[in-house]
This record gives sequence, structure tokens and C-alpha cells, in this order.
Amino acid sequence: MSVPILHTENLSIGYPMRKEPPVVVAQNIAVGLQPGELVCLLGPNGAGKSTLMRTLAGMQTPLHGRIRLNQQDLSALTARELARQLSVVLTEPINAGMLTGWELVSLGRHPYTNWSGNLTAVDETAVNQAITAVGATNLAHRHVNTLSDGERQKIMIARALAQEPAIMLLDEPTAFLDLPRRVEIMHILRQLARNAQCAVLLSTHDLDLALRNADKIWLLPKGGRLQVGTPEELVLNGSFEAAFRADGVQFDPHTGSFKMAVQSAGQVDLVGEGLSALWTKRALERVGYAVHDGANGSAMRIQVVAEEGEGRTQWHLVKPQQTTTHRSLADLVHDIQQTSSPQNSA
Amino acid sequence: MQHVTTETETAVSPPNRQRLTMSLLVLALVGAFLLSLFIGSVRIPLDEILGILVGVTPERETWATIVLKFRLPKAVTAVLAGSALSVSGLQMQTMFRNPLADPFVLGINSGASLGVALVVLAVGTTGGTLLAGFGFLSDFGIVVAASLGAGLVLLLVLGVARRVETMTLLILGLMFGYATSALVSVLLYFSIAERIQAYIAWTFGSFGGVTWSQMQVMAPTVLLGLAIAWLSAKPLNALLLGETYAQSLGLSVRRARLAVLVSASLMSGAITAFCGPIGFVGIAVPHLCRSLFSTSNHRQLIPATILMGGIVALLADLLAQLPGSQITLPLNAVTALFGAPVVTWVILRQRNLRSSFAG
Repeated sequence: MSVPILHTENLSIGYPMRKEPPVVVAQNIAVGLQPGELVCLLGPNGAGKSTLMRTLAGMQTPLHGRIRLNQQDLSALTARELARQLSVVLTEPINAGMLTGWELVSLGRHPYTNWSGNLTAVDETAVNQAITAVGATNLAHRHVNTLSDGERQKIMIARALAQEPAIMLLDEPTAFLDLPRRVEIMHILRQLARNAQCAVLLSTHDLDLALRNADKIWLLPKGGRLQVGTPEELVLNGSFEAAFRADGVQFDPHTGSFKMAVQSAGQVDLVGEGLSALWTKRALERVGYAVHDGANGSAMRIQVVAEEGEGRTQWHLVKPQQTTTHRSLADLVHDIQQTSSPQNSA
Repeated sequence: MQHVTTETETAVSPPNRQRLTMSLLVLALVGAFLLSLFIGSVRIPLDEILGILVGVTPERETWATIVLKFRLPKAVTAVLAGSALSVSGLQMQTMFRNPLADPFVLGINSGASLGVALVVLAVGTTGGTLLAGFGFLSDFGIVVAASLGAGLVLLLVLGVARRVETMTLLILGLMFGYATSALVSVLLYFSIAERIQAYIAWTFGSFGGVTWSQMQVMAPTVLLGLAIAWLSAKPLNALLLGETYAQSLGLSVRRARLAVLVSASLMSGAITAFCGPIGFVGIAVPHLCRSLFSTSNHRQLIPATILMGGIVALLADLLAQLPGSQITLPLNAVTALFGAPVVTWVILRQRNLRSSFAG
């Protein structure tokens, strides 16, 4: 195990109050970040993800304990020293609409330039490399206000990278983005962690992406203790389920995602393969059926028959008395609901 | 790859178009300066004016007096005032992240106007014999009163700025402005007509009242403010991202804010003390420059606002004299009356006010 770039010792985070005892958000946090690893901070709203991020970024003082960055106490560093080792991407709005992408990224050189902000050849190379690394060369010339949310986020990440940090902290970098953009940003961050040997910590609500991409997950349950592990470990030992437990929502360890706890409408077997079968299962689960793969002896059975070539799918619904055939999923769902509702079966 | 490098390298230095615009602004400033020396009630040939400036004795003795004692200090004052107000307006707009901010949001001019009102209205009313010495009072007393008022507010602002957030400071400045204008209203209400007129005349603003000896105070103050402003270009760029980001970039936000406040207040305070509260230039010129250069980069905006501010102030002063007539309009009326449509047009045409202050 290599030495962590950043680690915390007995850290408590929260807000000091004037007259009352401080509001403690989380305590006894002992975590570390290794170079080259991508860590996702997950937890329900209000658990203190942002507080933890802000505290690690040196923007908020810890209530107790210490944060050590490259063997130095975080609180002992000047803002400029800190900025050369740690950069952030926040959810705050920026007023830099009339800067070009290149100029915005070049602000990342702030901790390295002299009083006038003059960029040396070294600075310019760093800016160009950062822009190339996030795949934003086509955005360098454009004004920031002409960029889409996803494009702006890329530029902001390039700016954080131009600081040449040992650690990059990102607060919900994929919020407000559509799925392809979220996947892209996550991919970029993974690449950065590997190639720049920089530790990347991001908070996110994107469970699926986090489970698939993170080297490690920090799980912060509400009022609980921060748990650290690989995504797979945390799923298997039930930590996920515990952290996100709430009324009406369940974490499904089979799929690694959440599902609504719909009242069970019945049991059904599903026979079939491929995408059609997968989405048939989703449709049935959505309306509350427990779906079993293969023939398991439930009262109803569905056979998915995909016709090669034409790309059309048929569904055979085998009921105790009869078998019906449907050409669309909607018809199938309608029929199965009709069949199992009490009025009809009576 | 070759494509990539060329694309990013052109973005490194300001594009040629911006350099060209900057050069044109320099030429325009020189032109406007000469024009303001040339135009006036007495017609003096341009070559004679240039001669006077380099120390050649002109055809007529009075021409030298007119140019050196009246037109030159006035033109210099206009350039300094326009630059100072525009730069401090730019600083305030960026620091408060507010397109409506101007050099006076902190209440600097309110302090100055209260000082002037106290001297012109209150002191004048109580000491009746002072009427005789009114000439002295209007020349020198007003400047001292306005400086004291502006300086007091500056100290107040700096004292408060340590403790409160930037947005709170903006609101405090506004509230202070309301309070002082209320006090001025009370003073006006109990004053005699002549005094009221003297006060109103001050509020019209003028570049013509600054003598060379006063210039020895005003010019260094303004230049000091401009120097600090130039030092603040880098922090201001970082502040475009908001204070939290700026801090994460290694900026000491508190120190940067202090530098910006001192610089902006020195400049707006000095100009208000010597020229009266000159509105509009400080809010309009930064927008004009953002449009013209289509950038928010302060390393370009600060020189641009210095030049543009000077040009706008010189032109406003020329227009106020209504060339060809004997009438002189109040300066503040001219800056707003002629400037507002121009700026409105520029901003509406480019629609980038929104983009500079959002996103």
C-alpha cells in the first residue's frame, strides 16, 4: 500500500455555533486518498457530503481532528500553497461568460503566476495539456456562455487540472447533465486519475456510475459513520442498503440500483433471452410483479419470442386456462393486469 | 495535432482584433484631448495650441493663458475623472457580481455630498458673514468638505469590510446612501435659495473647477488608485468565478477585496471631491468595453476602461459646452442624456450583459 496523499485523523466535521454546542455532521472520520485513484463519495441528501468536501478542501475548519496533505497539516498551508496541491470543482455559478474556454482554464494557473497574472510558456503548456486531457480543444476558443452544461463542466475540470493538483475534489460534477454526458465526465475523471496520478474525489448521487467506475467508495449515511470500501464490498456487506434505507425505496443488490418498493401484484415466470426479455422484466417489475427467470411454476408464464430479421417481438402469456399472444409490451402489461385483478379472477 | 496547437496558441495572446481596437482607442483619446483643447469660446489655431503645449510663445499672450490655465487642466481633469470612475465602476461590478454597481455603491459620493451640504448649507446659514467669503468657500472649502466626507465613508467601509460578507457590504452602502441623502434633504429644506443653488450646482458636476494646485492632489491620488487597480487585475479575474473558487485558486479574498475597495474609493472619492458626483460614466464604460472587446478578462478590460473612460468624459465635456453657443449644460445631464441611448444600443445589440453576469 502506497502512502496516501491526503489522510484524516479522527476528523469531526460540522458547524460551530455561537452559544450552543457545535452541530456535528459526522465524526471519527479516518480516510485516505491514494494517488491515481478515483473515489466517489455517496450518501443521502443531508448526510454531510458537501460539508466533508468543503472541510477536506480547507474551506471549512474541522471541529476536531486533523487533515494531513503530503505529511503537512492542511491548516498550516497558505491559500497559495494549498491551491498548488488541491483543486476543486463546485456547483457554484460563475460570472465568467465573456471569457473564452482557454482563458477560463488559464485561471487555473493563478497559484503559479506572478502578481500580474502573466502566463509563462510553462503555464501555457499546462493550460493546453489540461484542455487536451479533457477533450475540450474544440471549446478553447468559444465564450463560456455559449457552452452547454456538459461542455462548461469539461472546461471547469480542465481548469482544476491546470492547477496541477495532487488531489482534485469535485462536488456533484455530473448534476444537471444528461446520461451520455455523465458517463463522459466520469470517464474523463477516471482517465485523469490514472494518467495524471492525481487522486480524484467526487460526490455524486449517480449510484450506478459510481459503482461501475470508482476504485473506492466513501459511503456517508445520515448521522452515521463514514464507511470505506470497494463498491463490490459495500454492496455485498449490506452497507448500501443500510445507508439509503428509506420508506418506499429499496436498494437492489442484484442490479446495483434503487427501485420503488411497489406492492407486489403477483408472481410471474419469464422465459426468453436478450434485450427484449430484459426490458419485459423491467416493465413487469415497474407495475409490481415479482419476475422469476425461467419456468419456476408460477401461475402465469411469459414467453418472449424475438423474430429474427424482422426485429419484431411476440409475447405469449400462458395463463392457467388459456394462452394469449401480444405484439406490444403495452398490450401484454394491460392483459396481465386485467388477468390478475380480483374482479376478473373472481 | 498541428491543428490543435494553432487553435490554442491564438487564444494565448489577445486576438489581433482586440489589439487593433485598443490602438484605435488610444488614437481616439489623443484626438478627443486635442479637440477639447481646440474647441472653446475663443478660437485658437491648432498649431498654436500645439506650440503652447511645448512652450513656444504664441501670437497672442492671452491664448497661452486660455490654453494653459483653463483648457489644459480641464482636459486633464476630464481624462483622469473618466478613467478613474470607469475603472472603479468595473471593479465594483466584478466584486459585487452586479451589472448595476457603479463607483458610488459604497456610499463614497453620499459621504462627499453630505460634507459639501454641511459646508454650503449649514455653515453658510449659521455664519451670515461668511457670505462675503463665499468665493473661497466654493473653491476650496467644498473640496475639503467633500474629501473629508468621502474619506470618512472610506474608513467606515474598510472598517466594516473586515467583518461582513461582500453582499452585506453592498446593502450597507445602499442604506448609507439613503441615510445621507435624507440628511441632505433636511439641510436643503432649511436653507435659503442661494445656498441651495450653490449645492445643486455642485451636484451637476464639472471638470472646469480644478486648478493646477488642486491637480497636485487629485492626479497623484487617482494615479495611485489606478496603479492599485492594475495590480488587482489578476484577483478580479479569479473573482469572476466567485469568492469560493477564487479562494481555491490561492487568492486571499480578504486582501484582494481590501485592495479593490481602497483603489475604487480613492479614485471615486478624489473625483467626487474635485468634480462633484459624476454619474453614468462609471456604470456605462465598463459595459461598453465588455461589448467592444467581448471579454471579461480584466487584463484587457482595465486598460480599455482607462482609455474609453477618458474619451467618454472628454466628449461629454465638449457636448456640455454646446460648441457654437454661449450656453453650458450641466455635465451630469450630458453624460446621461447622450450616453444612455448609446450604451442601451450597444448592450441590446450584443446581448452580452446577461452572459457576463450569469453562467
